[in-house]
Amino acid sequence: MPTDVENWKSEAYGNEVRDRLFEFAEEGYESIPDDERDAWFERFKWWGLYHQRNGQEGYFMMRIGTPNGVLEPGQLRTVGEIADEYARGPGTNPVFGDAYADFTTRQSIQLHWIELSDVPAIFEKLEENGLSTQQACGDSWRNIVGNPVAGKDGQEVIDAWPVIAELNETFKGNDDHANLPRKWKVSVTGSADGSGQGDINDLAFEPAYKTVGGAGDGDETEDVVGFNVRVGGGLARNEPRLARDIDVWVPPERVSDVAGGLSALFRDNGDREDRYNARVKFLVDEWGADEVRETLQEEYVDFELETAGRDVREEYSYNAGEGERNDLIGVHGQKDGTNFVGLNVLVGRMGAADVLNLADLAEEYGSGEVRLSQRQNVIVTDVPDDAIDEFLDEPLLDHYSPSPSPFMRGSVACTGTEFCSLSIVETKNRQVRFARWLKANVDLPDDVDEFHIHLSGCTASCAQPQIADVSLRGMKTRKDGDPVEALDVGLGGGLGEDPQFARWVTQRVPVDEVPGAIANLVESFAAERDEDESFRAFVAGHDDDELDAFVDPEETDYEDPMMHNTKRTWYPYAENDSMEDAPSTPADD
Amino acid sequence: MTTRLRVLDDGAWISVDDSREVRVSELWRLDAPGFCACDLVDLVVENFQEVGVDGAGVEARVYGQCIACGATGTTGWVPIGRVRGGEFTEIDRSAVRRVGP
Repeated sequence: MPTDVENWKSEAYGNEVRDRLFEFAEEGYESIPDDERDAWFERFKWWGLYHQRNGQEGYFMMRIGTPNGVLEPGQLRTVGEIADEYARGPGTNPVFGDAYADFTTRQSIQLHWIELSDVPAIFEKLEENGLSTQQACGDSWRNIVGNPVAGKDGQEVIDAWPVIAELNETFKGNDDHANLPRKWKVSVTGSADGSGQGDINDLAFEPAYKTVGGAGDGDETEDVVGFNVRVGGGLARNEPRLARDIDVWVPPERVSDVAGGLSALFRDNGDREDRYNARVKFLVDEWGADEVRETLQEEYVDFELETAGRDVREEYSYNAGEGERNDLIGVHGQKDGTNFVGLNVLVGRMGAADVLNLADLAEEYGSGEVRLSQRQNVIVTDVPDDAIDEFLDEPLLDHYSPSPSPFMRGSVACTGTEFCSLSIVETKNRQVRFARWLKANVDLPDDVDEFHIHLSGCTASCAQPQIADVSLRGMKTRKDGDPVEALDVGLGGGLGEDPQFARWVTQRVPVDEVPGAIANLVESFAAERDEDESFRAFVAGHDDDELDAFVDPEETDYEDPMMHNTKRTWYPYAENDSMEDAPSTPADD
Repeated sequence: MTTRLRVLDDGAWISVDDSREVRVSELWRLDAPGFCACDLVDLVVENFQEVGVDGAGVEARVYGQCIACGATGTTGWVPIGRVRGGEFTEIDRSAVRRVGP
């Protein structure tokens, strides 16, 4: 039997929802009939609007999809202005203030406390400036990710940006692909560093060479650059999967055909009766890669598929735990002779005033363009050599550093209980506190300049915890008999040529003992590693019991003000935080 | 009177008559001998799988973890509240809940 969500989608979904959304915005939040709210909130997701958790009724998270994380000149300013004007609610965050933008692990932007009545004005401003929330959430093509510096990267094998732009143009607003069984996450990477993180996406295009020609006597062969195809990756729900190789190579001009074929295959064959079994990773589990390929060939494309080409996975370094370019922080050469400068945005959150300041700096020192990485950081592109020193001296870069502490640089965190319904624990502010404490109290070995700690509030894995050196995942435990927020600790995850998910070695550590646990872990790593051994290799060389002993949770002078059940508050940082003190819906003001 | 029961937002909520009534992240005590070896399961509610009714009672199948022993899995039907006169009342969070098959 189809689920409620499928029934709602079959009644109305996709582009047609926009008119109704605008009518509700015009008439006010309370105009949504009580018995239709669940249905409309589900449909609004397709337009990037996600109703915030209870206690925050009538306020929405708005996600802006920026393909490949590319913000063209002027667009960051638009985001900053919208955040400043509209992303202000009744709650003030003690670290980030009243208005901020979140850069996500899928190179998108999230704003909070958005009121329904403001949506038409926000959409108008976004669209005037070439931005959109379309399909940023919901069951369809999500924001396409990749190497954020596509087209500029000196290490690029092939420029993936035209391919990504074409896919975005083809599949955003496309009624044939608007209603899929579940979300559809696509990655297209043209660089040899693996920074598109294709392995954890539903569909991945990765750079690969294919020898073509030579069909007849005397014909010369040549190596052509295109993409190998993988399907069925994803991290959510304690069911992490790496995307499976379906033995297909595709030239750039055919990517859209293959991507559309696979999207249609998923549309027609994915599970619409059980949302927990709906992602394409489960279909690949059931069918196997061979059957996916055969079905694609026989039913969804009208040309002969090539077999896989020669990939460059042995060069992958992004989030790989060792080697060069584990992230894109710092100054790097572009192929046009200018530079891109990756700046660390701790947990991906930037105050609106800082967003606007950065937009000014990007115009002053670069082209005005800014790009977002999958590690929640920003990259200012097109900075000439003779402007680099002056740019690096800007006061804003004291906070958003191109050379941060490894603990700042490696921090990734999801939204958490501040706004999210699924999360079990507070995350962003906690990860800020963790990073600051670790920076002040823990010394990594001198040769270790990257150490990734990802904090996800639940098994949805929005912070991609399974691919970090230290993976933290929201849990509960009892401490002195009282329920407290806790974290499971996983170790040794990462991507690269041979990606691996973290092993969950220590369970349910009370949150105030986590910094001490990491300090003890680092101490053991420093003392017991082989010379120059990376943390990931160190973890691989020990069994779970040994690693559990290294973690060794311990209270320290770190204090955690959010030990209680933050989900029982209307907003965890409010002075009067109980549900009874929750603000009225904005329409009632 | 018909009561509308739904699991929403990828299992984050139980919605009763279009109102988000029961959420994940709570700790529930369960009398559920089949879930783990503990006398009482001390369950972190991570995800709602299904919601149903038993007379006036509302019940759910829940994915979670016993924080006493670490066992994970999906429970049988756990009582979560009652509907009386069209109003939903959640079971006291400290109550021990007897889990059905």
